Amino acid sequence: MCETCGCSIPDHNHPTPADEHTVEVLTGLMDANDHAAGHNREHFNRTGTLVINLMSSPGSGKTQLLERTAQAMKDRVTMAVIEGDLETENDARRLREQGIRAHQIATGSACHLDAHLVHKALHDFPLEIDGQTTDILFIENVGNLVCPAAFDLGQHVNVVLLSTTEGDDKPAKYPVMFRAADLVVISKADLLPYMDGFKVERAEQSLRGLGVETPTLNTAAGREPDIGAWIAWLEQQLESHRQHHGQAASAA
Amino acid sequence: MHELSVCEALLSQVRATAGTNHATSVGRITVRLGPLSGVEPDLLSQAFSIARNGPLTSDASLHIETQPIRIRCRECGNENEALANRLLCAACNGFRVDLISGDELLLAQVELRGVARPPNSPTERKENSDHV
Ligand SMILES: Nc1nc2c(ncn2[C@@H]2O[C@H](COP(=O)(O)OP(=O)(O)OP(=O)(O)O)[C@@H](O)[C@H]2O)c(=O)[nH]1
Ligand SMILES: [Mg+2]
Ligand SMILES: [Zn+2]
Ligand SMILES: [Zn+2]
Ligand SMILES: [Zn+2]
Repeated sequence: MCETCGCSIPDHNHPTPADEHTVEVLTGLMDANDHAAGHNREHFNRTGTLVINLMSSPGSGKTQLLERTAQAMKDRVTMAVIEGDLETENDARRLREQGIRAHQIATGSACHLDAHLVHKALHDFPLEIDGQTTDILFIENVGNLVCPAAFDLGQHVNVVLLSTTEGDDKPAKYPVMFRAADLVVISKADLLPYMDGFKVERAEQSLRGLGVETPTLNTAAGREPDIGAWIAWLEQQLESHRQHHGQAASAA
Repeated sequence: MHELSVCEALLSQVRATAGTNHATSVGRITVRLGPLSGVEPDLLSQAFSIARNGPLTSDASLHIETQPIRIRCRECGNENEALANRLLCAACNGFRVDLISGDELLLAQVELRGVARPPNSPTERKENSDHV
């Protein structure tokens, strides 16, 4: 009998010291978050809601794009927004003023949203009210090109904004974020004539360097808005989402 | 920095492993990290030195195994190592590539102390069943 572990095999090795053992674990460090994200996705799919996670540096125009989107679509599409912001309610208020539902998550000092924060928000901010379901939920993440990329929220699509007032080499500087994008929106395109340093082709090239085929489109959400390509992309996402999730409105 | 949240997730997995195996403390913790995981090794180590203070892990050390970024070209099938922001095929310069490794974020191993018998983990259990 083995004296160390008491089993019946006469001769086998034990690490030294005898009370020290190394276990193989091989679990993902994001497993708890990813599990919660999966649960969020069940919430979203229950109401057939398309969920879009919007990410960018601070001030790239996420909220303004959502304001313009509300103006363009809210009469035919039911929209809602969950806002992740460090301190204020400002962004949520701006969207309510556009006549859509908005919920603010105050992240305090956290520089990103995670699946648990979104889950808590979903219980305070239901996607179905009096039988009226939400067609699109936008989650405006905290303005930050690093941390939000690591946290799945349960969204169906990631959109990353790159504004023309930033460097067009941002994808090369923040590869993890831009690799996570399903669409890159070049925002503040109205300013392109003034931004000698920003070339859309260079931004696209920088993105290709990440080994992805992610599409890009331009938006202008300022005084003279031009968000046609964005709205067309959203319509197409909604359509394919309805097909995949069997929420065909014609079923009735 | 989100490395602190990642570190808290790491420590809760480590403590759970220690708890299941009735360990009295934890020694070396091995994490496998790819550059495309979004976690910076230095920031994770820094976060670890603060977050480890607590039950079971106050003497623990963190060992980070950085994984290389490897890609496979969808056009020509070539495999090569690549930089995080130059994920291009070394043979044909194509950008239609699949990532083979480089985005890992895994707890690989935990060294447990105060455990009299071989720990209760899937790999070890298999070994145990061999010598019933
Ligand atoms: N010219 C121009 N200005 C814009 C455009 N979009 C946003 N802005 C301006 O850029 C500033 C920041 O816009 P926001 O929409 O608040 O940016 P954000 O990404 O939501 O910012 P955070 O939530 O703080 O990260 C505001 O002064 C906007 O008016 C645009 O398309 N064109
Ligand atoms: Mg905003
Ligand atoms: Zn729930
Ligand atoms: Zn952060
Ligand atoms: Zn190739």
